[in-house]
Order: sequence, then C-alpha cells, then structure tokens
Amino acid sequence: MKRTLEENMVSARRISRRALIVGAVQLGLVGALAARMRHLQVDQAEKYRLLAEDNRIKEDLLAPARGLIFDRDGRPVAINTPNYRVLIKLEDVQDVEIVINDIQKLIYLKPNDLAKAREQFERLRLRRETFVPVPIAENLTWDEFSKVAVNAPVLPGVLTEVGLARVYPQKENLAHVVGYVGPVSDFDLSKIENPDPLLLIPRFQIGKAQVEAKMESVLRGSAGRVEQEVNAAGRIIRELDRIEGDSGKDITISIDSRLQNYCLARMEGHSASAVVLDVTNGDVLAVASAPTFDPNLFVRGISSRNYNALRDNKFGPLRAKAVQGTYPPGSTFKMIVALAALEAGVIDPGERIRCTGSLTVSNNEFNCWKSRGHGRMDLLQSIMQSCDVYYYTVCQRVGIDRITEMAKRFGLGYQHDLPLSAVRSGLMPTRQWKRDVRDEPWLIGDTVNASIGQGFVLSSPLQLAIMAARLGTGRSVTPRLIRRIEGIEQPSGAGDPIDVSPRNLRLIQETMYGVMNVPGGTAYRRRLLPRELAIAGKTGTSQVRRITAAERASGVIKNEDLPWERRDHALFVNYAPYDDPKVAVAVVVEHGGSGGATAAPIARDITGFALTGKIPKVEYYPPEIRSEIEEEQIAIKDMLHSYDDVSPAGSDRA
Amino acid sequence: MSYLEYNIKTIPAGLQKIAALNWAIILLLTAIAGAGFVMLYSVSNGQLDLWAEPQMKRFFLGLTGMIVLAMVPIWFWRNLSFVAYLVAMLLLAWVMVDGVLVNGARRWIDLGPLRLQPSEVMKIALVMFLAAYYDWLPLEKTSHPVWVMIPVAIILLPVALVSEQPDLGTSLLLIIGGGAMMFLAGVHWAYFATVILAGVGLIYAVFVSEGTEWQILRDYQYDRINTFLDPSLDPLDTGYHITQGLTAFGSGGWTGRGFMQGTQTQLGFLPEKHTDFIFNTLAEEFGFVGAATLLALYTLVLLFCVASAVQNKDRYGSLVTMGIGVTFFLFFAVNMGMVTGLLPVVGVPLPLVSYGGTSMLILLLGFGILQSAHVHKPRRKER
Repeated sequence: MKRTLEENMVSARRISRRALIVGAVQLGLVGALAARMRHLQVDQAEKYRLLAEDNRIKEDLLAPARGLIFDRDGRPVAINTPNYRVLIKLEDVQDVEIVINDIQKLIYLKPNDLAKAREQFERLRLRRETFVPVPIAENLTWDEFSKVAVNAPVLPGVLTEVGLARVYPQKENLAHVVGYVGPVSDFDLSKIENPDPLLLIPRFQIGKAQVEAKMESVLRGSAGRVEQEVNAAGRIIRELDRIEGDSGKDITISIDSRLQNYCLARMEGHSASAVVLDVTNGDVLAVASAPTFDPNLFVRGISSRNYNALRDNKFGPLRAKAVQGTYPPGSTFKMIVALAALEAGVIDPGERIRCTGSLTVSNNEFNCWKSRGHGRMDLLQSIMQSCDVYYYTVCQRVGIDRITEMAKRFGLGYQHDLPLSAVRSGLMPTRQWKRDVRDEPWLIGDTVNASIGQGFVLSSPLQLAIMAARLGTGRSVTPRLIRRIEGIEQPSGAGDPIDVSPRNLRLIQETMYGVMNVPGGTAYRRRLLPRELAIAGKTGTSQVRRITAAERASGVIKNEDLPWERRDHALFVNYAPYDDPKVAVAVVVEHGGSGGATAAPIARDITGFALTGKIPKVEYYPPEIRSEIEEEQIAIKDMLHSYDDVSPAGSDRA
Repeated sequence: MSYLEYNIKTIPAGLQKIAALNWAIILLLTAIAGAGFVMLYSVSNGQLDLWAEPQMKRFFLGLTGMIVLAMVPIWFWRNLSFVAYLVAMLLLAWVMVDGVLVNGARRWIDLGPLRLQPSEVMKIALVMFLAAYYDWLPLEKTSHPVWVMIPVAIILLPVALVSEQPDLGTSLLLIIGGGAMMFLAGVHWAYFATVILAGVGLIYAVFVSEGTEWQILRDYQYDRINTFLDPSLDPLDTGYHITQGLTAFGSGGWTGRGFMQGTQTQLGFLPEKHTDFIFNTLAEEFGFVGAATLLALYTLVLLFCVASAVQNKDRYGSLVTMGIGVTFFLFFAVNMGMVTGLLPVVGVPLPLVSYGGTSMLILLLGFGILQSAHVHKPRRKER
C-alpha cells in the first residue's frame, strides 16, 4: 500500500532495529554452535578418536597349529589334518532351508551338525551378525568336499573351507596314552585363572586327557594376532597388521606303537593292562590298557549312544588301567618282603621254613595257596613255588614298616611323574597310616596279609613294572614317557644305584630266574628257550574276595565257577634278558584267574616281542606248547597293524 | 527526504540488473554448495556420478532459477505472495491425501521425476505472505491484538497440516520462522515474552504427559527426545545415529583426518552420511578448521542478508529478505545443532550441502525472491 514518506521512514527504522536484533541473536546462536564444535573437536577430540578407532579396528586371535606327537620311531600319533568343511553365510542366502536342501542333494548332512547350525543361525539373526559363516558339515571326505566346491557357483552363500582338525591315526592303539582334544568347555574355563585368550575362541580345541591334556602348555603354542579394519556391518575391509603366533612344540613319546599294538592284541578279550619299560633309560615302551576306544570319536563330539556304550562296558575301556588301576600285588610282592628280610639280616637264604599249608598267627589261621603245604622251603624255593607260609613267618621278623620302606625304594606306593591323566600312588601301609586313616591299631595279621601282597597293599601295573626294572638293574629306574620336545632330549630315567647289598639283590634275581627257568617254578611252562631271551619273573594271583573258613572246609570254589567280577586278578612281573636286562614288564589281567596261567603267558609274549621286535618265533617256546602257541599267533596277527603306512601330518591332499 | 521516493527510473533496468545482484551472497552460496560437492564425492567413496554430479546439476539449475526470479520486479512477487501461500496450502492438503508414506509419515508428493516436500515450499511461501501482510497492514495496527491474531492464524494453519504428517521439526521451524517475521514487522515484544513463557510451560507439559492418556506427542517423538537427552539409552537404534555422529565429529580434531580418510564415514559407521549427517563427515575429514570455515560461510550469508535488509527501505523487500535469511539460518543451525548433539534429531538437512534436490531448489528460489528485493530496492534519485 502507499505510505507516506514519514511512515516509510518509521517502518524502515523499526525493521532495521529488529533486523539487527535478529541478526545479533543469530550470531549468538552461531557462537554457541562454534563453541560446541570446538568442545567436540578440540577438547574431546582424543576421546572421540579412540571411539572411532574402537569402531574400526577389530582384533582377532590366530589359533596356532597344535604341536604334533610322534612315537619313538617317528610314527605319527597325533596330527593335524585338513578339515574339509562347508559353511553357510546367512546374509548371502535368501532361504536357508532351500540351500540346505540343495546341499543335501550333493552330500549327506548329519542331523547333529544341522541342528547345531540351525541354532547358530538363530543366534546370529538376533545379533544381526549374519555375515559370520556357520559350518553345516565338517570332516568331509575329499569327494564330498569337491562335490560341494564344484557346485559352489550355483549355491550362493555356501562356502567351502579347509581348517585343521586333530586326528589320531593309530585310533584305539594309543587312546590311553595320547588322550584326545576337545572344545574348551565352560567347566574347563572355570578351572583356569586368567585363561589364555586363545581359549575364548569358539570351539578352540584343548587337550582333554592324557598327554594331550598334561602337555597342553607345550603343545598349544601361542596365539597370533591380526588387526583388521571392519566396516559398520562388521565386514572385514582389510588387514592392518598380523603377528603370527608360535605353533605348538612337537613331542616324541617313548612308546613303540607296534609293541603297544601287540600288547593290546595279546590282551584281547581280557580286561587287562600291560606296561613295558626300557630299563636302561626308563622309557615307557608300552602302556596298554585293554579294551580301549577310538579317541577320534571324542574330537568330533562323541554321540551319547557311543559314550554310554563305552561307559557301561564292564571291562571299563575308558579307564587307563595300566596307571590308574590299583590291585593287590599278590605274590609279586614277595621279592620286596624277601629283600627287606635279607637287608634286615633276619633270615639266611639257606634257612628252611616248614610249610604245612597254613600258619596260625595270634589265633587266626592263615592259609597257603597250596593247602597240602610246600614242606621245607628255603628262599629260592619260596619264590619259585610262591610259598605263602614262608612269608607269613618271615614278615613277622621284619615288621611292616621295613617292608613298606623297601617297597617304596622299589617304586611302589609312590605317585610316579608321568604326563598321564590319572597316575595313582597305590598304597604301601605303615602302622602310622592305619592309625591316622583308619583310627585302628596295626595288627600282626595285617603284616601277615601284606607279606603276600594282600590286605591293604595296592599297586598299579606301572609301579609293578618299575619294581621289576629296579629289581633287574639295581638302579632306581624312573619312567619316562616324553622322549623329546621339539627335538630336545628329555632327562633319562636310568636312575642311580639303589642302596641295597648287591649280594642280596643277586639272590632275589636268582629266585626270579628260577620261577621261569628251573623246573618246579610256578611259570616254568612259560619260559622262552634262548638264553638271550631268558626271563626272570614272578607270578601273582591276588584275591578280590574273602574265602571263609566254611568254604575252605568244603573245598575252595574254582575261579572258573565264580562270576567274572569275583575271580582272582592274575599278575606277572618280569625283566629280561636275565643276563643283561633291557626290558621290564608287568601284566595285570583283571579277574583273570591265576597269574601263572593267564598273566605269565601274556607277559612272556610281550617280552619276546619287545626284545626281538616281532612276534617271537615258535622255536623259542618249549616244544610241548608250540602247537598251542602257533594257533594263538594266527589269531593275533590279524589284529596287528604296522603303523608304518600312516601318512605324516598334512602331506596328503589339501 | 525526497530521495526515498519510489521512482521507477532509479531501479536498474536490463543488464544493469545483473550487476545489481547481491553477488556476495551468490558467491557465498556457491562456495557452500561447492563444499557440499566435495563432501558428496567423499561420502560416495569417490564416485562422482552417484551424488555429487546430480547435486551440481541441480545447484546450477537452482542458481539459474534464482537469477531469473531476481530479474522480476519485487512488487510482482509481493502481489503473488498470497497465491504462493495458497498453492503451498493446497500442496500440504494434497500430501495429506496422497503423500508417499516413508517411515510412517507422509511428507512427500511424488511428481514423477522429482519428489516434492510441500512443507519446504511453505517455509518460503509463509515468509512471503507474512511480509505481504505486514506491507499491507497500516503500521499503527501492527501490535493490535486482532491484527496479531491474523498472522498467528496464517502461521498455525500450515503448522496444523504439517504436524498431522507428522513432522514435528518442520512444524516448529514454521512457528519460529513465522514468529520471527512478526517480530521483524514490529509486533510488541510483550506478545513474544508471553508466547515464550507459554512455550516453556508447554515443554513442561509435554514431559509430564509422557505415558499418560493425554500424551501430547507420538511415541516415536518421545523416543527421539529421550535418546537426544541420553543417547546411550538406545545405542543401536536412534541413539546410534547421535553416538556415531558425535564420534565422527569429535574424531576430526583440529585439522581432520584428511579428505576421504574419515573412518567413521568411509566404513559406514556414520548413518545418513550424504543427507542429514553430512556435516559430520566434513568435520571428521577437515576437522575444526573445516567445520568452522563452513559455519563462517553460512554466517556471512546471514550478515549479508541483514545488511541487505537494513539498506532496503521497501517494507516488503526488507521483511522478505530477513525472512529468507531467518529460514536459511534455521535450516543450518538446526541441522548443525542436531548433528552436534545440541538438538534432537529431527531430520533437517544442511542447506546446499546435504544431498537432496527439491529442498535446495526451493531454497535457491527463495534466495531469488531475496535477490529481486535487493535488485529492486528503492534508490537515491540521481541528481
């Protein structure tokens, strides 16, 4: 509208004034913005820079390759083989079920793996991490793997990958020695303070049993690190830095796979265990517990059906009986009692003690296994014929404490340091022990029971083998299972001479020679003929039940007529060759009946194999049993593997 | 004071008009848009044709339109002001009926090649219509209650439509922009004092009403306010935008991480990096130096607007000049306040820099009106 000049002037002045006010307000607000910007970019720059770096850089651990395990001859025992896997990346897939269906047309997918994968898919969807590949099939054969790989172009979102998996090429043979690995469990983590960050990698494998578990720190190696730049979706854009970890150290164990295999084959059908030591350096050549199991089952996650079958088997395939089982040593303990008596000077080797079949000690009657009695026994005959009454008598002169002290010098009642999961110490009782643990006074009857390796006395096959090694050499041979770590020789277990009189030891050795090689010895039928294979040993038959006076009166029930778990344990310990000991062997057959009949033949054959490196020739055996031996050997040969064709780690395929 | 007389002959004619344009503002706007091209190039990972090139084309189209509008005498635009307001209202009504639904809000009209946001048109139209109203209104009636209620109605009519979309941010911007026009026209300050006090009371009511039956705002609007007040409440959704935006902003430091080197932007942590949050990219890559420079450019535009308005003795011309300036200010200040965490995230783009066609085009056309006012302002008679 038309205004007067006056009005225009007023209007313009008013607008200018207000415009300047508005301009000033705007400037003030701009100043506030600038101050805010300065605050963010100058005062707090450091904080936001760190946040930005935190966003951008993702640190990942690189799992090191686990150290390999070889046997004494370099045969692979635990290796890492390529694990051919198929994975699905959710974000590249429209309908997972269709893709799974497509894959199933090519290869068989285990329901177990599928269920796990589906669970994982759900979790990733919730976390919006659908770019993480999920394995749906592992440990595929090369054929299966290549089928999927070839078809990958028409299977969007399906990846094929080669990882590393632990494999035990010798399967059952070394399950109780090498053990197995498995994924870290929450329980494992709860036991470790300050766990190695590696253990937090999903499904990272650690040793769960035996050498794999006990040598974990050596085998595991150290983690590498990789720094990656990731985008907002978490996808890796590029690698910024990579520090390779150290792979685990390789281990050579002292076991001879072939001998171990022979031991297991020879004990087939029994619940038994055998230990073979190299007496010159303590090397454990075999430590076999039969029956056994395939550790590979555990690596892949054992099915509950398989596991229950193993757990419920009455022969206990999961137990490493050779080190974990403790048994009354029975008559194999008599050498210790005799040596203790000789060292104490309470007997003369020529002194004859009369055995009438039983001995009454403080109103209790103690029976000899030979109810008719042995007649007059000297030291040699008492061991050769395994007379009980002789030891009932002698032990009372020595006393339990001196017997136990001698037993400990020979490796009994002591927890030997072997990298195996459950090495037991057994039990060598003393008066003090009974007072402390049982709160009862030591009775003379306890000593009498102990004198024939019954009562409180308990020892493991490993301890018995060590005892035999020490009796044979006079040195305190200590077992060695780890020969080399990354090529570095571990200390020998040859040991120092034991503080006993060589003359007395010699006497004991002669009695052990007599057991096998002199007519009348309890294991004379079990001898090997060549002088260079001559065995010095001792039978043992240990009772697991109490024979009542009533039963004794009506005639002791024969083992064969008893239920399996009430039969006697059969034991045998020996060293060989007699003239220049090289190996020591202990065999325990649970509920196997008599030591001479069941354990001694097994120990003899194992000794023969250990000394000659193969199944002993039939000519080595006494002529009257050769046909029987021949038959046995045919059956055993079927169960033997050479283990020489096992491929070394990672050289095949891939 | 005869030199203030309107006289056609004192107005530049023909090519002289080109020379009479406010070139400072044109240069400043071009510089700001130039910064936008650089940033769009950067956020598209070095792709020219994704965002930067279309943006350049639109800018030069808008610039041309601005100069064309500037050539038309200002009284033509004044006479057209009511029509502009009417058209804007019709568009707002249309969007209510047939708008494109995005995230539960109807804000856009699909016009084939371009999408139009009628509320953007209304920002300029409202300024024009209010300026025309006060140009028409006798001065002494300016603060009369009846004549105050009329512009209030003019403002609240579109505000009602816009808040129905719903678009709380733009509603508030329309109220503030319209209020600024009334203030500039000389309405008594007591009105403003009253309204501001009432506003404070309303804000209080908004907070108190949350979760009750008479809740004033929608749930998503409360969510935005709450995450604005405490971004960590919702670090993965709404708060994520603010947190990542601030991280990008602050990590720039003094001089920035370098062109195309901003990790927050280039690795995708920064959301809406080519639209609402583009200022954070600039701050991340060029630091405080870069961000402050851009802020200075914007501020200079404002100062030239104020200067032009003060020099312009035509009531419509100076009011429209200030109005466009305030609209421009509200645009960039709200965007910057939002991306630096001073204001809630309300979805206001950074003018001339954020990618987006129509809002830039309309803004430039608004500046065309401003330029027309500048070119056609009354001048001292030649002696």
